Amino acid sequence: MQDHILTRMGDGQRVSLSRGQVKEDLWAGTRDAAQRAEIPELTADEIDHLFDIFSDPSRIVSVPPGQEVIVTDDAVCTLLYLDQDNSGQGIPLSRLQSVLTYERACAADTVSIGHSDYSFKQVKPIINFEKHEYHTASLMTTAPFFYGSQPNMGLYFRPDGPYPNPADLLPQGRIREAQEAQEEAAEHLRRDMVYISKSLYEVGCEGINFDTAASAGDADFYAALQAIRHLKKTYPAMAIEVGMSSEFVLGMHGEIQFDGKLLAGLYPHEQVKVAEAAGADIFGPAININSSESVAWNLARAVTFVKATVDAACIPVHPNVGMGVCGVPVFEVPPVDAVTRAAKALVQIGKADGL
Amino acid sequence: MAAGMGGIRTAGDLVAWMQMTRKMKIDTAKQYVADKLGIDIIDLTNEEVMRQIREDLGIGIITSVAGSAKGIAAKWKIAELLDIEINSVNFFRSKVR
Repeated sequence: MQDHILTRMGDGQRVSLSRGQVKEDLWAGTRDAAQRAEIPELTADEIDHLFDIFSDPSRIVSVPPGQEVIVTDDAVCTLLYLDQDNSGQGIPLSRLQSVLTYERACAADTVSIGHSDYSFKQVKPIINFEKHEYHTASLMTTAPFFYGSQPNMGLYFRPDGPYPNPADLLPQGRIREAQEAQEEAAEHLRRDMVYISKSLYEVGCEGINFDTAASAGDADFYAALQAIRHLKKTYPAMAIEVGMSSEFVLGMHGEIQFDGKLLAGLYPHEQVKVAEAAGADIFGPAININSSESVAWNLARAVTFVKATVDAACIPVHPNVGMGVCGVPVFEVPPVDAVTRAAKALVQIGKADGL
Repeated sequence: MAAGMGGIRTAGDLVAWMQMTRKMKIDTAKQYVADKLGIDIIDLTNEEVMRQIREDLGIGIITSVAGSAKGIAAKWKIAELLDIEINSVNFFRSKVR
């Protein structure tokens, strides 16, 4: 038995920790999640299971046959041709070639396409082009094919958009003006999301991914939820996945509600319930990484949040396991030992329906 | 990739359709697809089983065989096999009626 376990910090740095230290970090991680969100800690058996995953000396770990899950993505195919800003490889491929490469060379369970400036506001002026690209690709793809984009309400504030910027108003104590600006921006964003999704539906869109929802706080999340509700009532044949931007909905507005539920401060096990009520088909929690703590600490924490979310959910839960969330270090080339341990733990202990 | 189902190499796309169209949790979705295919759940990710099933049913295979079902033709068959609505297939159908 090895005295030490080779693992990593949350920033990707490789470290060798004693077995006792890894165990201690696992307990500290689960306690942190439990205390913050008022959810159950992992059990002693689950901590032992997590410890076994970390103490496996193999670089890559996996699940046994029969335990595999569905992998959805947020425009992974675009990474093939985009640049380092997007962790992209810069291969000179078209979007269509990238989608088909992801489907057939990477054997993805689902594929997706999106604008390289991955936000609804940026898509609106070129929606006819996007419809054309989506329709052409949908004739050639066999796996379920999403169109992905971010609500990204921050783009609706000055200097990028028409509304006063709450980041300027709040420090001046102009609380009500900041709230009104967010309410107006949220309504504008909702209209854009509905318009773009409807346009794509009209050419056969199979699914929309509202990715990185709530990045600008509670009003951003509100806009996404309202758009989902409208779209699922009007176009039930088009699936909607909603992926979150972080573990906690920031109260930039502070008082905005959906179906009487205050959105500010919601944790993933509560976020999934409002997403479900809006009509979402798949929910993707995003659990933050603390780069100063070990991957053991971070993953135990992420699994605790995800397990509570899956327990609460009536819809499939696909935790985000990209760079910097759900146990994956904040590093542009995510270490494969950490990524596969995150996947295995989220599936086996978190009981995720997908990733 | 380490924990994924393998897309059209195996039955990953079929299970994904059930999550998207019926909001099925993973175990329910796998059972539904396995029942439709008449196989055990463990064989949903068994390439040696799924390769032939996919070719026989015309639901798309990972390798390139000229003339084999792919894309919208395969999805048409998948919609029928799984008894689901696929919007792109509905849209295509509306153009060929």
